[in-house]
Amino acid sequence: MHSKQLYQEVILDHNKKPRNFGALDDANRRAEGHNPLCGDHITLTLRVQDERIEAIAFQGVGCAICKASASMMTTNVKGKTVQEAELLVQEFRAMATGKLDTQTQPHHLGRLSVFDGIKDLPSRVKCAILPWHTLHAAFTAEAVASTEGDAEPMKSIVGNV
Amino acid sequence: MSTQPILNKKDSAQALDTACIRADFPILQRRFDGKPLIYLDNAASSQMPQPVIDRLVRYQREEHANVHRAVHHLSELATAAYEQARRTIMGFLNARDEREIIYTRGTTDSINLVMHGYGRAFIGAGDEIIISALEHHSNIVPWQMLCQEKNAKLRIIPMNDAGELLLDEYAALFNERTKFVALAHVSNALGTINPIREMIATAHKWNVPILIDGAQAAPHLPVDVQDLDCDFYAFSGHKMCGPTGVGILYGKAALLEKMQPYQGGGDMILSVTFEKTVYNTIPYKFEAGTPPIAAAIGLGAAIDYLIGLGIERIAAYETELLNYATAELSALKGITLIGTAKHKAAVLSFEIDGVHPHDVGTILNDEGVAIRAGHHCAQPVMKHFGVPATARASFAFYNTLAEIDALVEGIRKVQKMFA
Repeated sequence: MHSKQLYQEVILDHNKKPRNFGALDDANRRAEGHNPLCGDHITLTLRVQDERIEAIAFQGVGCAICKASASMMTTNVKGKTVQEAELLVQEFRAMATGKLDTQTQPHHLGRLSVFDGIKDLPSRVKCAILPWHTLHAAFTAEAVASTEGDAEPMKSIVGNV
Repeated sequence: MSTQPILNKKDSAQALDTACIRADFPILQRRFDGKPLIYLDNAASSQMPQPVIDRLVRYQREEHANVHRAVHHLSELATAAYEQARRTIMGFLNARDEREIIYTRGTTDSINLVMHGYGRAFIGAGDEIIISALEHHSNIVPWQMLCQEKNAKLRIIPMNDAGELLLDEYAALFNERTKFVALAHVSNALGTINPIREMIATAHKWNVPILIDGAQAAPHLPVDVQDLDCDFYAFSGHKMCGPTGVGILYGKAALLEKMQPYQGGGDMILSVTFEKTVYNTIPYKFEAGTPPIAAAIGLGAAIDYLIGLGIERIAAYETELLNYATAELSALKGITLIGTAKHKAAVLSFEIDGVHPHDVGTILNDEGVAIRAGHHCAQPVMKHFGVPATARASFAFYNTLAEIDALVEGIRKVQKMFA
């Protein structure tokens, strides 16, 4: 696949002007995500009240795919319940690893499906998944999420996809 | 593509005929999405010319058997070819003796062999090992492991912001506890060519043996181990037009003789009883088990191919590629070159302002341009320059100026996309 299809305006825009960029002062959940292979590193802070995400912010360095994925993730999960967000984590991972066809199968990803093309760039899948992996870690009280080792996103976390 | 003459110099009769050379490399004729492959990831692995492919096929079709074992025809043919390749490699390095050439799985394996065979036998608590700030992980981690095991200490030669080692500081690291030096000939991430001849002499003033990691040098520069006087020299087959799975460790015979074996098994013994094993002589003492016979013979063929082109001419042509690429990239706005040493091999690491190297790599791939993006197994180098990763174009003698133009055009596209 051509990366031009992936690097659409929306991804380039979120990379350039990331939404919810920063750290929450009154966060009650926090997690770090790290991809040691390319140096992508993000920190998520969340305020979760009665199982609902009231606020979320991210900080860090990474490639355009990682940054845009994090930015769009924050705009998409804000206001959702933890359960709804976890469903998006599962669906996003399934899409990125080619297990969910967003054209033919039902999903709740909406505009997040711009990341559909990542499944054809295996070396970049981790970049897109890292923020979602980190979000899951924030819910499950893992302090640090990594794309390597036991925390390998291609084989672990969030149940069956 | 790229069949136009490459060099316009008056002495072009002396220069490489790149069009002719490119025809030797079937993979360079490949196209992806209709675009010709522009392979600029040679520091990671180089491509294989038809004569080497043919040699591998001929070996498998006509000569394959295990070496040093049977008395039948095939085993004798395989052994002869395997040992002939060893002599080719000896000549390539100008070693004194073919017993000084050990087949390994690659540079990493060669370094680990020295760590186990020499390091574990002769380095102890409180001793010091010197490595440099620009090493590949494969010349850091084995020594770290040894230091942990023996409670020895790792000392690091610092570098400046051009990526050049500080020689005064290097000399100042030596003391009576210094027992070993392990040093890259050429940095894979920065391209720096270290002044190893001088640095080897410094180590020898202290009677300290020194290993040179030549993975990035052997394919691109003339190497004469007697002139350099290094104690060990390690390199890989697949970075010099040979197959993966084979590498070389050169070691001075006197050192190899007193080292302990690396792995135990067949071929590395003279006699075995349950009470005692007598080890084979060098180099076989270090070649336990069935070696990568085909790959070794292929490496011999690759070296014959490189010698046929002329290592000096390869080096001169690649310097021209590097100079051209450096000038072209320097002329672009928003590009930072990482690694600007005065003496460099054809490796160009760079950053595009505001664009992560992985995005650069993915977008260049669409233009058919294959580069490496990442930390290049040299995380301490990345840390020194304060970057998580770099984009790296690395050239070989089959690359052309036109391909560098395509790289530059691709970089412009990346910049436009992220503007």
